[in-house]
Amino acid sequence: MVKWSDFERAAIQDIFSKIDYDVVGRAAFSRCLIVYPWTQRYFGSFGNLYNAAAITSNPKVAAHGKVIMAGLEKALTNMDDIKTTYKDLSVLHSEKLQVDPDNFNVKLFSFYCLTIVVAGQMGAAFTPEVQGAFQKFLAVVVASLRKQYH
Amino acid sequence: MSWMAARSKSDHLTILEFLFVRSLLSGVDKMSLSAKDKATVKAFWAKISSSGEAIGADALSRMLVVYPQTKTYFSHWKDMSPGSAPVKKHGATVMGGVAEAVAKIDDLTAGLLSLSELHAFTLRVDPANFKILSHNILVVLAIMFPTDFTPEVHVAMDKFLAAVARALSEKYR
Repeated sequence: MVKWSDFERAAIQDIFSKIDYDVVGRAAFSRCLIVYPWTQRYFGSFGNLYNAAAITSNPKVAAHGKVIMAGLEKALTNMDDIKTTYKDLSVLHSEKLQVDPDNFNVKLFSFYCLTIVVAGQMGAAFTPEVQGAFQKFLAVVVASLRKQYH
Repeated sequence: MSWMAARSKSDHLTILEFLFVRSLLSGVDKMSLSAKDKATVKAFWAKISSSGEAIGADALSRMLVVYPQTKTYFSHWKDMSPGSAPVKKHGATVMGGVAEAVAKIDDLTAGLLSLSELHAFTLRVDPANFKILSHNILVVLAIMFPTDFTPEVHVAMDKFLAAVARALSEKYR
């Protein structure tokens, strides 16, 4: 079971209370598709992803950004048992979507894109300690999503 | 390559020739910097370079807090807390290296040779840490330059820092 300090809980809740889910979801997911273009592999039905401008204005991208943020909110409201909360999501990603589990690696969407977008939104309030708490939360999310892969 | 033309058609490449040709091709990096990437990096750097020291200090502070295993390299410092004097000084040193890399962007391997030797033989920084520091530099750029750090700039800078890390790892083994 993951232990959260009072500071970590407060910091993570604070971040999610301050960010605009639609803006952040779309921006982070767009960045993922732009900065790591091989992730486009999973979104063949999304239409025009030919360049950064097309990606950031693509309505399916925006819609999917919202789906991801909704998923993260589930973890936020169940911080003490993310693993169980994510059991079905993990199965979905491994069996139905067949996402390469390495793409859940800290490298991609969660750390490198979402963290960067949240940092941009929050500015100086995103202190090193707050960043640490947020990245720990994302690490637990990522590990829980990988749990059902075999 | 006239020496190849001089061979008779029935000759196959010897092992040596094969290795020579392959060594020429290995200069072509996976995901190497395009002309557009280099232009984007240089233009962005021109905007941000005057904040180099602040960027370096903040990136290093974040690395030490968020990835505490990196503190092992700095156990000789009196104070590893964010914004401390040793952190500020070292942040400036690191960004000085990044500035040099921007100036030598057309041949990072040659340009960063002595830095590579320093990291390989003296500092012996595990190259896995280059990715960690790069990530924190990008976080700082997002905070300090929210409008300029567009997705296009992000991908160019990410590729550039990865190329710098590769150049620094050249001499490791």
